[in-house]
Amino acid sequence: MASYDFVFDALGLRDWCDKDAAEGGGPMTMDQLLGQAAGGDGSAQTSIWDLPFPSLDALHDACNAMPQTRNVTKGLEEAFLGVKDSLKFILDPLTQPLSWMLEGALYGILNTPWYFVVPLLLVVVWAVSRSSKLVAFVAACILGMAFIDHYDYAMQTLSIIFVCAFLCVLFGVPIGIAMSRSDGMQRGTIPILDMLQTLPPFVYLIPLIFLFSVTEPKLYGIAIILYAIVPVIRLTDLGIRLVDKDVIEAADAFGMTERQKLFGVQVPLALPTIMAGVNQTIMMSLAMVVIASLVSAPGLGVLVLRGIRNLELGVGLVAGLGIVLLAVILDRVTKASLARINPEQSD
Amino acid sequence: MGEDIKVSIRHLYKIFGSDPLAALQDVKAGMGKPELLEKRNHVLGLRDINVDMRAGEITVIMGLSGSGKSTLIRHLNRLIEPTAGEIEVDGEDVLAYNDEQLRKLRRERMSMVFQKFALLPHRTVLENAGLALATRGYGREEFESEANRWLDRVGLGGYGNHRPNQLSGGMQQRVGIARALTSNSEIMLMDEAFSALDPLIRTDMQDLLIELQKELHKTIVFITHDLDEALKLADHLVILNEGEVIQQDEPQQILLHPSDPYIEDFISDINRARVLRVRSVMEPNPNAEGASGDVEADDNLESVIAKAQGDTNASFRVMRDGKPVGVLNMKSLVRALVPTKASENGLRSTAA
Repeated sequence: MASYDFVFDALGLRDWCDKDAAEGGGPMTMDQLLGQAAGGDGSAQTSIWDLPFPSLDALHDACNAMPQTRNVTKGLEEAFLGVKDSLKFILDPLTQPLSWMLEGALYGILNTPWYFVVPLLLVVVWAVSRSSKLVAFVAACILGMAFIDHYDYAMQTLSIIFVCAFLCVLFGVPIGIAMSRSDGMQRGTIPILDMLQTLPPFVYLIPLIFLFSVTEPKLYGIAIILYAIVPVIRLTDLGIRLVDKDVIEAADAFGMTERQKLFGVQVPLALPTIMAGVNQTIMMSLAMVVIASLVSAPGLGVLVLRGIRNLELGVGLVAGLGIVLLAVILDRVTKASLARINPEQSD
Repeated sequence: MGEDIKVSIRHLYKIFGSDPLAALQDVKAGMGKPELLEKRNHVLGLRDINVDMRAGEITVIMGLSGSGKSTLIRHLNRLIEPTAGEIEVDGEDVLAYNDEQLRKLRRERMSMVFQKFALLPHRTVLENAGLALATRGYGREEFESEANRWLDRVGLGGYGNHRPNQLSGGMQQRVGIARALTSNSEIMLMDEAFSALDPLIRTDMQDLLIELQKELHKTIVFITHDLDEALKLADHLVILNEGEVIQQDEPQQILLHPSDPYIEDFISDINRARVLRVRSVMEPNPNAEGASGDVEADDNLESVIAKAQGDTNASFRVMRDGKPVGVLNMKSLVRALVPTKASENGLRSTAA
């Protein structure tokens, strides 16, 4: 007898419980199998100390009509599979441009000769930072990686990050602005952001694998964007909300329209905070691009994965250090551009 | 001084809280501020304000913090919406304005100067000064000359390309004033515009304002908590306490005939000789013959005392625009200087 028989007996549900007991009630669990193997039939009286928590499985023991926990996970899975096709029908065309962008970026960066790409990157670094030291550092890093034949991998990783971070800013800043303008929107969005930020990155991948084919770039593109978009949204919202109330009042008092106020006052004054968000977004997409190599994202992550899978210590370590170098470069460059925005306002 | 009423406030009420209209009934029935807060958890901001502001005059609204003066000035351009009442500017009901009309009012007819300057830190001084025009859609080259003219006028010529944060507080507020002047509006709202400045700079700025006003004749609404400043600037002084107007009149009249113990408290320790003018103390007599010389009707008593070298037997002929209008003898002058006492159960006795 199971522990919770008395509940169903007392409620008079015994008939309902045993109705389909004759049909066996589904496959046996491991516990039941073990019980059978031990020769017992479970009828020994259990003491109150062994009373299990009334979970679905424990209740199922007492009453066959109760579902088991594995039915819950299975139900969820079936529900997802049920909507999968219609979901895919909508999402596939919507996200197709992401695939094109990623493919284009990867193709472009790998098929342009290195002697164009490297100077171009250095010019970009100079344009945003105006620091010759930083340019020299970036040059040393990239040429160093190229010297040990990691140039292609590093550029793949870099181009994925550029595309994903660009899209994060493109969508994240407007979402952040919308949040800052409506408390209701903020209340609705924050739980989603919290979830995106705390859900282990591997968990996004599972439903995405069902939705898209593993060979499609948009699969890892979406995973990276979902993971990395959170800080830019949060900090845009925060930055705009923190804009000096007196300045906003002055803008109102001089008859600015909402649009003039947003683009002439709020966004410029929130820009340092927004840029801090962009910096975080870039760092997080770099973290995710390694995990995304599990689902065919090219780049340094692939080497890390190879290091783990084949226990090739050296390959994994060198690729890992390459990622660190990329992280340092991206962080320093975005921080330098941030520092260039700040003094323009505060001095 | 024009006599036409530029801005008129009628029976204005403001109650802060979740259901101000219900609380309004209680206030109209006579419920006081503490009682309203206790029973209904609403804050009484303004109660039955009636003020007329004349064109070309400086109307000073004075009160201590919490008296509702900043709330009141924000009703004029509807940065705060009233609970009940009427506000008319040039005879038009501002409260009936739609968004477009309200924006036009704020852009073209009313400008504002703020206590904390509220300049845009990411724009240059010139762009800040031209803000009102830029907001109306003018390009930089169109507002540049106008903005530069007013920057020169407030003493900031050559600072156009600086950022506001590179300037001192006094200079920043000059930018604030230039910004208001560049909009070329007839009405200027000044919310404690000089309160954040050092005393010396504050005096400078007051002089600047008086000087500008002499040539521009704007309708200025000036908020302050400083009685000296109020008396120096005001053509019409409104004293506010706990959201109610206690007395409003020409400053001289308030000084000579305070109507309320609260006001007596206020005026008890100011330098009366510096604030009172000859015209308020003289005996009107167009055929007067002055024994010791002539004084102007708008001179303050301090300058008359200096002229008389302290001789209490002296008397002066009072002139206005070159014509004699009355006689001032030193005995009545001294009588006017007798300080009013702080009232027995006013602010100070409770504080002590």
